[in-house]
Amino acid sequence: MTRIYSFHGGIHPPENKRQSLGAPIRQAPLPARLILPLQQHIGKAATPLVEVGDQVLKGQKIAEPTGHVSAAIHAPSSGIISYIGLQPVPHASGLESPCIVIETDGQEQWCELHPIENYRDLDKKELLKHIRDAGITGLGGAGFPTDIKLNLSKDHIVNTLIINAAECEPYITADDALMRERPNDILTGVEIIAHLLQPSKILIGIEDNKPNAIKALRDAIRERNLPIELVVVPTRYPSGGEKQLIQLLTSIEVPSGSIPADVGIVCQNVGTAAAIYRAVIHGEPLISRIVTLTGFALGHRQNYEALIGTPFSVLLEAADVDRSKMFRLVMGGPMMGISIEDDRIPLIKTTNCIIAATQEEMPPAPPAQPCIRCGMCEQVCPATLLPQQLYWFAKGREFEKARHHNLFDCIECGACAYVCPSNIPLVQHYRFAKSEIRNEEAEQLKAAQARERFEARQARLVREELEKEQRRKERAEAAAREQARKKAEADSVSSDTPDPEAELKKLKSAASIARTKLKKASEALKNAEEKGLDGTEKLKETVAQLEEKAAAAENAWQQATGAEQ
Amino acid sequence: MSLIHLSSPHVSKANATDRVMRLVLIATLPALIALTIFFGWGSLIQLLLACTSALAFEAVCLRMRKRPILFFLRDGSALVTAVLIALAIPPFAPWWVVVIGTFTAIVIAKHLYGGLGNNPFNPAMVAYALLLISFPAEMTQWNAPFVLIGDNWNVLASFTDSLVIIFSSINHGMIDAYTGATPLEVLKHRGGMTTEEVWRNDPVLSQGVFAWYGISAAWLMGGIFLIYRKVFTWHAPFAMITTLFVLSSLFYAGDPSNFADPFLHIGVGATMMCAFFIATDPVSGATSNKGKVIFGIGVGALIYIIRTWGSYPDAAAFAILLMNLSAPFIDHYTQPRSYGHARANRGIGGGK
Ligand code: SF4
Ligand code: SF4
Repeated sequence: MTRIYSFHGGIHPPENKRQSLGAPIRQAPLPARLILPLQQHIGKAATPLVEVGDQVLKGQKIAEPTGHVSAAIHAPSSGIISYIGLQPVPHASGLESPCIVIETDGQEQWCELHPIENYRDLDKKELLKHIRDAGITGLGGAGFPTDIKLNLSKDHIVNTLIINAAECEPYITADDALMRERPNDILTGVEIIAHLLQPSKILIGIEDNKPNAIKALRDAIRERNLPIELVVVPTRYPSGGEKQLIQLLTSIEVPSGSIPADVGIVCQNVGTAAAIYRAVIHGEPLISRIVTLTGFALGHRQNYEALIGTPFSVLLEAADVDRSKMFRLVMGGPMMGISIEDDRIPLIKTTNCIIAATQEEMPPAPPAQPCIRCGMCEQVCPATLLPQQLYWFAKGREFEKARHHNLFDCIECGACAYVCPSNIPLVQHYRFAKSEIRNEEAEQLKAAQARERFEARQARLVREELEKEQRRKERAEAAAREQARKKAEADSVSSDTPDPEAELKKLKSAASIARTKLKKASEALKNAEEKGLDGTEKLKETVAQLEEKAAAAENAWQQATGAEQ
Repeated sequence: MSLIHLSSPHVSKANATDRVMRLVLIATLPALIALTIFFGWGSLIQLLLACTSALAFEAVCLRMRKRPILFFLRDGSALVTAVLIALAIPPFAPWWVVVIGTFTAIVIAKHLYGGLGNNPFNPAMVAYALLLISFPAEMTQWNAPFVLIGDNWNVLASFTDSLVIIFSSINHGMIDAYTGATPLEVLKHRGGMTTEEVWRNDPVLSQGVFAWYGISAAWLMGGIFLIYRKVFTWHAPFAMITTLFVLSSLFYAGDPSNFADPFLHIGVGATMMCAFFIATDPVSGATSNKGKVIFGIGVGALIYIIRTWGSYPDAAAFAILLMNLSAPFIDHYTQPRSYGHARANRGIGGGK
């Protein structure tokens, strides 16, 4: 048995999970219109491959990834592309963003699928490409493109694979339902992930409030005799946070600013594992997901398998919504979800839950009272921060201090705000402070870049000037040499002695000119070095040359005067 | 659609600040009962007086600062301050002492600094210190616990007589018959006697000390209740009491005839009240758990030092105020180590 460790803080909010677990997963209706945001994942938005009026088949790729960190999008059902452009999307900002809209034809006609017979025989690169082509992103959290995470073994040593089945947020039961009903899909997915990453240990972390899911998974693992360890952790929010689950299962803390792979760990969600199974074994891209529809404004609180792009309104109708009772609509869980004002927005790859809450269920927060520094927030913070200090600094716009108190290690889990007796919307303050700091940084970066460009230009000008000077000098010297040669020739003929006075003067002024030049050049070099510009090598050479020359001129003059006296 | 847009989290624990304050008020009940049993109705009258005047001052301040009066009055923080002042001063001090006390606490120590949450010093202790310095006679005039005054207990046991004593300046002499020094004062002003002789000769110590122990036990009960209800953590009280105990044990072991024994130090005076109801004040104390321990150690050590070598018999108020002053500094050097960081950050930051 793997030992279970612990993380700091955490809370026990009412679970509210029971209500949506009464019935098995139900198929959501096929909507008349599917709305597919081009950005459902972290990274760059996908690039459309279709045009308005195109006929598409179910499973057909309609947008491809843009660059490395991005994900493809597929038509969830057959139909006609009716619109490509801005639509309201599920995002905290409430802004619109580019989408592809499909008018479905009800035929549900599949395109040609390419299942992989035996993935173990396939080149890993091919397999990764297949998963990338299926548009799979993390289904549990932020929606990071999965193929990138699975390719980590290339430059990281992955020794532990953690499958996140904790599902610690209240209300949400999508993963729970999936584990109860399709444990074998998940396990095959895990096998495929393990084949790609070759970890030495595979752990599934699950909270102890899902006895049925635990049993289903345990039986399936035993039956198939897989080297997977199911680790049951105590129910405590936010045990399903990636960093917290890693700490629970391994006692390792992911260093601030690093990714888990830096400490040899890769985390995947159970839903993602099931999606990989479907993509590899059945060739189906990610076009549907399981979503929990719950909240007391709904008549049927249960899990639905819904097509990506289904508008919330269609789902709410299917779940028999009572709009007069609906007071707050939340996408995601009550702790970290975002509140939605417009129910025309579509289900996306990361939507694990929709809560249609009544006023009694999620009453508006009472007005905030002053912080009494009671420290309750500090006791529950899983990142071991000092939320009350962060709040103080964020409110007072003392961002540098906030950062010194590790504001950026806040995972916005909301545990602090949950317990705060003064009802202060702490997380809102942190989000504000973070975005302000990011803006400031962007500004500073821009200014720094401009300055750098300016300085580089100055240095280039100086360098060019010096080079020009150098060339001119070389020409002058060549001419002088030529003259001297001619003169010597003439001298040898006439054997006239030159005027020693004049000669001496010439040498003297040559020496002083050489000295000034040297001084100028070394000043330029010093300047350049201080500012850390490149191109100092060349300047150095010039200076060295000038030094030699100055020394030579000096010598010549010294000798001449010495000879004179 | 008229759905509201709000930032996560969308739920919160029913855990209001007024509830916290209510729990604190409940936790002072045992001490109030103990004081009434041992010293008569005085404390109860002071308490009512303090609460009324504190609420009045609070309302006036809120009004002048243009804040919603009822909303802030409800948070109960003024009441907590008032109750602590009332229970800390001598039960039969004249009425104006407690009124000046609440005025100092609410108006000067709290609202002039920006109201709840912004006060660097504990308001009750600011008031107590000011009263002690300004009215040393009234503030040290404790009546002897009833066990020492036998039949005369009847007078103190009468509610109306108690009212008369507190509110009439003329009849104030009435109380003189029953006043006595507190154990700490007796020890402080013992002349050339050894500790042992004082214990034997002075009835306050030989018989009366149990009254004080009883009151401390009552404060302790209230404190444990609050720790159990998670209103505050054990760190500051534990550190403070342990420090006081260890220091006094060391000195007592070295020279028992000159120093008071450790049980006296933690059992009489304001030690227990201070440990659980003042040193735990989150607003003016240190923030992190480690900070709270350091804060508690500081208070404990200062109490011992001022009691033993200073000129005031009890020292809790001064010790607390001194540590309030150092709390921000302690905070900056006791940041906990955050997740994913090898070391804790130190210092203030932002200074660059
Ligand atoms: S829980 Fe709220 S009131 Fe208490 S210290 Fe934290 S922010 Fe302040
Ligand atoms: S939201 Fe941030 S500060 Fe608050 S408990 Fe979570 S990690 Fe800590």
